[in-house]
Amino acid sequence: MIRISCPFCGPRDHSEFSYGGDGSITYPALDAPMQEWHDAVFLRENICGVQIETWQHVNGCRMWLLVERDTMTHEIHSVRSAHPGMAAALGAEQ
Amino acid sequence: MTRFTAWNVFWQGMTGQKGWTRQWRDPEPKSHYDVIVVGGGLHGLATAYYLSKNHGMKNIAVLEKGWLGGGNAGRNTTIVRSNYGRPGNREFYEHSLKLWENLSHELNYNVMFSQRSHIALLHSPAAIDAASRNYNTMRRTGAPDAEIWGLDQLKKTVPHLNYAPDARFPIMGAAVQKRAGTARHDAVAWGYARAADSRGVDIIQNCAVTGVIRDGGKVTALETSRGKITAGKVAFAVAGNTSRLWQMAGLGRLPIESHKLQAFVSEPLKPLLDQVVVFGVGGAHFYISQSDKGGMVFGGDLDWYKSYAQRGNLPMVQDVAEAAMSVLPCLGRVRLLRHWSGVMDMSMDGSHFICKTPLDNLYLNAGWNYGGFKASPASGWYLADLIANDRPHKMIENFDLKRFERGLQIDERGAGPDPKLHG
Amino acid sequence: MSARRLESGGRIDRTTPISFTWDDKSLSGFRGDTLASALMANNQRVLGRSFKYHRPRGIMSAGVEESGAIVTIGRGNRTDPNIKATMQELYDGLEARGQNAWPNVRRDIGAVSGLFSRFFSAGFYYKTFMGLPPFEWGRGTGLWMQYEKLIRKAAGMGAASREADPDCYDHAHGFCDVLVVGAGPAGLNAAVTAAEAGRDVLLVEQDFELGGDFLNQPGPEAETRRLSLIAAAEKAGVQIMTRTTAFGLYDNGTAGLLERVSDHLPAPAAHQPRQRFWTVRAGATILATGALERSVAFGNNDRPGVMTVSAARTYLNRYGILPGERIVVATNNDSAHVTSDELAMAGAQVVLADARSDVARRDRISVRSGVAPLQVLGGASVSGVKLAQHRDGAWRRAETESCDLLLVSGGWSPVVNLLSHRGAKPVWNAENACFLPGPTDEAVFAAGSAAGIWNVDACEASGIAVTKTAFGESATLPEPGGWQAPIKPLYEVRLPDTKPKAFVDPQHDVTSVDVRLAHQEGFVSVEHMKRYTTLGMATDQGKMGNIIGLALMAEALGKDIPEVGTTRFRPPYTPVAIGALAGRNVQGHFKPLRRTPLHDWKLKEGAIMTDAGLWHRPWYFARSGETITEAYIREATTVRETVGICDVSSLGKIAVQGPDAGEFLNRIYVNGFGKLAIGKARYGIMLRDDGMVMDDGTTWRLADNDFLMTTTTTNAGKVMVWLEELLQTRWPDLRVHVTSVSDQWGGAAVAGPQSRAVIADCLEGAAIISDEALPFMGVASARLKGDIPCLIARISFSGELAYEVYVPAGYGVAMMDLLWGAAEPVGGCLYGLEALGALRIEKGHVTGAELDGRMTLDDAGLGKMASSKKPFIGNVLRQRPELTRADRPQLVGIFPKDRSQAFNGGALLSVPGEDTGHGEGWVTAVTHSPALGHWIGLGYIVGGHAAWAGKPVIATDPVRKGDVEVEIVSPHMYDPKGERMYG
Repeated sequence: MIRISCPFCGPRDHSEFSYGGDGSITYPALDAPMQEWHDAVFLRENICGVQIETWQHVNGCRMWLLVERDTMTHEIHSVRSAHPGMAAALGAEQ
Repeated sequence: MTRFTAWNVFWQGMTGQKGWTRQWRDPEPKSHYDVIVVGGGLHGLATAYYLSKNHGMKNIAVLEKGWLGGGNAGRNTTIVRSNYGRPGNREFYEHSLKLWENLSHELNYNVMFSQRSHIALLHSPAAIDAASRNYNTMRRTGAPDAEIWGLDQLKKTVPHLNYAPDARFPIMGAAVQKRAGTARHDAVAWGYARAADSRGVDIIQNCAVTGVIRDGGKVTALETSRGKITAGKVAFAVAGNTSRLWQMAGLGRLPIESHKLQAFVSEPLKPLLDQVVVFGVGGAHFYISQSDKGGMVFGGDLDWYKSYAQRGNLPMVQDVAEAAMSVLPCLGRVRLLRHWSGVMDMSMDGSHFICKTPLDNLYLNAGWNYGGFKASPASGWYLADLIANDRPHKMIENFDLKRFERGLQIDERGAGPDPKLHG
Repeated sequence: MSARRLESGGRIDRTTPISFTWDDKSLSGFRGDTLASALMANNQRVLGRSFKYHRPRGIMSAGVEESGAIVTIGRGNRTDPNIKATMQELYDGLEARGQNAWPNVRRDIGAVSGLFSRFFSAGFYYKTFMGLPPFEWGRGTGLWMQYEKLIRKAAGMGAASREADPDCYDHAHGFCDVLVVGAGPAGLNAAVTAAEAGRDVLLVEQDFELGGDFLNQPGPEAETRRLSLIAAAEKAGVQIMTRTTAFGLYDNGTAGLLERVSDHLPAPAAHQPRQRFWTVRAGATILATGALERSVAFGNNDRPGVMTVSAARTYLNRYGILPGERIVVATNNDSAHVTSDELAMAGAQVVLADARSDVARRDRISVRSGVAPLQVLGGASVSGVKLAQHRDGAWRRAETESCDLLLVSGGWSPVVNLLSHRGAKPVWNAENACFLPGPTDEAVFAAGSAAGIWNVDACEASGIAVTKTAFGESATLPEPGGWQAPIKPLYEVRLPDTKPKAFVDPQHDVTSVDVRLAHQEGFVSVEHMKRYTTLGMATDQGKMGNIIGLALMAEALGKDIPEVGTTRFRPPYTPVAIGALAGRNVQGHFKPLRRTPLHDWKLKEGAIMTDAGLWHRPWYFARSGETITEAYIREATTVRETVGICDVSSLGKIAVQGPDAGEFLNRIYVNGFGKLAIGKARYGIMLRDDGMVMDDGTTWRLADNDFLMTTTTTNAGKVMVWLEELLQTRWPDLRVHVTSVSDQWGGAAVAGPQSRAVIADCLEGAAIISDEALPFMGVASARLKGDIPCLIARISFSGELAYEVYVPAGYGVAMMDLLWGAAEPVGGCLYGLEALGALRIEKGHVTGAELDGRMTLDDAGLGKMASSKKPFIGNVLRQRPELTRADRPQLVGIFPKDRSQAFNGGALLSVPGEDTGHGEGWVTAVTHSPALGHWIGLGYIVGGHAAWAGKPVIATDPVRKGDVEVEIVSPHMYDPKGERMYG
């Protein structure tokens, strides 16, 4: 069991959350060129080590989180709200 | 090499087993190979074998960073089937199944491919229709063994499934592939290794690739933990490490994300289940068979988060146990002996890549999701063909990295570009 | 072995005799016995048969590592195969029997396989059984599968019941600062130290008594110490769990525990689960898991009457049994000496055969230095042992000792399994000839003999010191070891050039010869050796045998043991019932059923339900004597002719609110919503990023900043997650809030020419539903009679004049009573999914069968909906070349050529005469159309209606029905101009 410290709810089992995906992707504008959309949707860095990823506290506060996690050890380094405004309001490091 | 036969088993028994020799050599790497296959798993070993066997190529090496067959080759639940529906997949897996059917003889190694039937349970008229579409396709594309069973036939064949009418998801029928079954996973790796070795392929274990040396658009050599080796052609067949090697070659990102899949085995029992049974409804996914040793071998879905750790977590253990109890309620007292996990290279549409790459003499075999075991023979066959001829065989022409740019997604589940949702 | 219960001594309760059966023979033991100790006290020797050679096996240990006394207990649906008798508490009426033998373990026909053992070397099955012997002629798998049938019958151990497990299991969750695994000298001290420091401590012990090695010691001192530690632990508030195994360590300090709540009872009490599976999250974990004594490979080391020295000590001191009269104790380390003394004191004749030289004399014992067991004599019991002496670099034959019990100590292996689960590689300690727990960055610490500390006092000190270091305090950790004289590493005893039957992994019948053959054939990596020989893959996961195997491989390779490496232990530490892992989430609690607010109401009205995702929805409402086909045709006809009511509560409903809600909907739907008028609904389609259709539904504008979105039942959760993701991660600047209100509203579709009249009947004021007030796609809020607030939207899935009426969920039943009260008198009906399907297929409306995640807007004939005035999700990637090809499959309607014929969903559409390949298309759904009077279907075919109009097509369904000739028609098969819904 991975334990994720939700900034809104506190430490919880990962089974309360659902994994989103690579949190480093910036999705292009809706009318951006096809190649940009292709790359964002289909290509992955697939880091072995610490990566930024999204999780949603789906069985909790429903907030999407940006989690810094080691994909080899499952150790979590940081968790913050994925919504930049929320994260700022909570005083998380940006 | 001593041939494996009943006679030799008898004779060696009489003479103290002295005549058995190494099943494959332990050679020092040479400074150059015409072809280097990186990855001593099933796909890499099969590729090396077919390069030699089908294409007469010589001077081939397989590099393995650990011990051969140590990745997903030895971590899977050993199911072999060809009940795919999408064009491309269907033909590929059918060819693979045909190779499986004679693999023991081909390799002179009993890989114990047991065609004990693959039974996918169906729980609604819509599911029966959806399965029928695939199984109709199978009938028309070389699989006369594809059948849709009603409840009566299913009850007669597997009487101890949960047929309670008030079961959470009552069973209404099953999609059955009779030629499908299970094989002894380790034996396949060893069989290919022995057969490839006997044809002169150098299988080099404990040889990790640490760098890819390029000259512009070509790979010239590989840096390895056992020194630099130059190569005419290079192929990657390294499930679980594809992205790392790809980046080592300076090629950036891939349509692949690595996830982990758990597998489970129970204590050995006298025969309890003679078929492969698959259960998938209501978001649950579960598959089970019994090994020849008697262990119930089973599994379910991914752990749902990206991971390179070869160990599983409890929530999926529980999910799988719940599904087990739902489909075979007698499993309650059967005891889990071990659970472990493997790293799956999940692709963006759930289908694989056997293709050329941006580098002229580099070939890729990757993205097998969790279907790679059954693909091994055909995967080796067509990767070898690709390497030998430097052009994709028609069978694999759509399994390239550019297919998403073209708009082709070979998506058996219709799950879209979310790797964790494929199977 | 002639074992007997002593007149006194031991921890058993001699005032409480317990009767049990062994192979249907009635025997008795005492409370406090294990099945193994009770069988031993009854002098039962052969308790099992081995996996491959069916060799007789007896008790080899007193714990989890048992590889001989493996039996089946219970009966019928409470049959438990593969139970280690050493771990099974005795209870009244326990039924135990031998397994893997016929007719019984004492006389087993299967033992003939032992005669052929010379052929059954490691991996022999990879070398034959492929074809016709002797040269494996043939092709394919046919012959192998014949052999396989026989192999499977011979393999396996015990037989499981095929009946459902009658017991229930619990899941429980725990949190603690410190989890201490093992309540021996180290664990008790660790728990007390942590608790006294104010920590919240959980102490788990797999045994039914606390104390670990304290329990094996004679005399009152150990007991006094044990009791005082338990008292201290209780006083300090340690939460103590016995009969509980920490079976695995997982990420972030999580441990899986199995509590055997009632396995020591004939059956669980009515209120009790059989077992409880705990998930515990611990701040720190202290492993005081002890060490296991290992054997040595020598000839016939598996005979009943050969066991570990420490096991004999346990049987003597804990269970009051003298396990033999004439005992040879073979050891290579000090730990066996005290047991030798105790056995002699208890009246046995003891020979101590110590492999080390110059071992000091001991009272009452005949001490032999520099000798080790070479070959056990006897069959079903031990009659003696040939000894060997090490001279000139090899073992040489020495004298034979007659004995009825041979005890062996080949050294001790700390239980590092749980740390191995975490990926911490154990480290070889040559001085003590064992693997010690490997380093880890996690808060997991090993104490006591699990850390290689051999004497009890040092183990106690270790428990204290390790706990302090876990808290960051300084403490002096005791060094591993603690014997007076060093151990002499000893893994195998054999004369040069001989191949004795020396078992490395007795459970799987892996011998030293097998290990050498693996080496000879190149299986030199430990994982290859394990897999080729099956060493360590039996139910004990190599607790006894692994190190011997490693040592033999190291010797063969000319390497040291650490260079050979170790295999990784996998959870669980001891096997765990699958039922326990599933807990209560079985039967009706497996993927719990979702019920709409109208669920019971519908059942009351005769609904036959069917699965729709996690919901049950009405399939049809059968009137007496009706088949499903008759029922749905009647229902659909009634909708077309009068009125029908259908529960649509399971549709997803999402409140989309905020100043930017219109803009948000514009981005996620292919069509525009920004300018949707208040009080209007619009059908919308959303795509995935990759341009494939994701979901569809109507969205209603209730106010300027307030939309109510509906989704399909199947995708309700997925769409909600998707909207949240977009708002929180991609477009945080949009001022929009989404709230799932699916469960807050109960809804009914009222469809048919009479629908307006029916609803009008139910309203407080009927004017609101007039055609002018509520035109097609209009939305209004109103009151049903009884002042029930409701939302009404005039939308149609059936193609008829139709409405959806939503009320707060609690009013659902009241609404249905009203609606049905109005509809029934006018000849209306309730209708289910089958009729709903018929109606929508007639209209060519798509559902999940058509939108299966692989189809584009254009495929489904909905391309015209896409707005060209605004960008939306999926619009870019849907224009990729493969997705815009003219020869893509397109949605069509399908009629049977001969209108009296039926055809099936899932059939392929194909050109006549072409019976191979993927075909030109497929049928997604079929129904008998009441309106058209024959079977119709929807499907996809390459090029669509235009390409196939008037051309013959075959709907081919070889797996069920065969071929039916069909015509391709427009998907809008009924009322193509859509006039009826404006009625």
